[in-house]
Amino acid sequence: MNCSVITFPGSNCDHDAIFAAELAGWKVKNVWHEERILPIGTDLIILPGGFSYGDYLRCGAIARFSPIMHDVVKFAEKGGYIIGICNGFQILTETKLLPGVLLRNNNLMFRCKDVSIRVTNNKTAFTNKYVENEVITLPIAHGDGNYYADEEVINELEGEDRVVFRYSDENGNITEDANPNGSINNIAGIINGQGNVLGMMPHPERYSDKTLSSDAGLKMFLGILE
Amino acid sequence: MNKYSAEVRIVLRNGILDAQGKAIENSLRSLEFSQLTNVKVGKIISLQVEAADDESAKKIVDNASKELLANTIIEDYFITLNKIE
Repeated sequence: MNCSVITFPGSNCDHDAIFAAELAGWKVKNVWHEERILPIGTDLIILPGGFSYGDYLRCGAIARFSPIMHDVVKFAEKGGYIIGICNGFQILTETKLLPGVLLRNNNLMFRCKDVSIRVTNNKTAFTNKYVENEVITLPIAHGDGNYYADEEVINELEGEDRVVFRYSDENGNITEDANPNGSINNIAGIINGQGNVLGMMPHPERYSDKTLSSDAGLKMFLGILE
Repeated sequence: MNKYSAEVRIVLRNGILDAQGKAIENSLRSLEFSQLTNVKVGKIISLQVEAADDESAKKIVDNASKELLANTIIEDYFITLNKIE
């Protein structure tokens, strides 16, 4: 199975994503954003974290117009699997492959720490290796992770069980204290209606090997392989 | 063709938390500028546009604003246009 990790100018988690995907068993190609066509046989795309185009204008706004994104959108429309992590999530919302937007953290702080995340939907292609409502610890590192969408979109996401991860306390309680950025309903990750595009602010790739202190994120890259 | 200078003023929509505006407001209060409230932070993008007439100039800038300059889920934008030549 083939995975393409896209590198934009300013991406800085691309090598972590390549490392994690290879560890999970993917054959990985690193794709520069100026390419116009994805490698033949791509089964999974990872849009990695970082600060594409220096976060100019809005996070992810300029990356949307990188040459490779035309093929990425076509890939998504054909049902191809995409994971957007952190800046990758922001790029997915700007590209409209996912609804909503990531606002500045409500506390104005750049949050860089481990947080507890509850897997609120384990019936996706990405999260099927987790137990339902499993609480895992993953790192976050962002200044703009405050998920916002209008009421109609939030109701749709909640009604269709498309909130995949929520910030929680270590026992899985969804509390205001556990919310690091002000996201509506503690949303940490969502999936599109077709179930093939997932965006999340926490970094599973950074916790993919026990020598990096945890491999809690590795299952994210294992689920789609089956 | 005419040349215009245009300014696009972008502000967060009412009801969207303006965390930067809040922080500035708190700082103003600590400086005893407590009479200043409702602080909002936005951005101004200035640009030049060549177009046949006012209407088409405005339309070009409006499309660019919708497409890229503003994210209309959270932001409103206002365009001002001046003919240069």
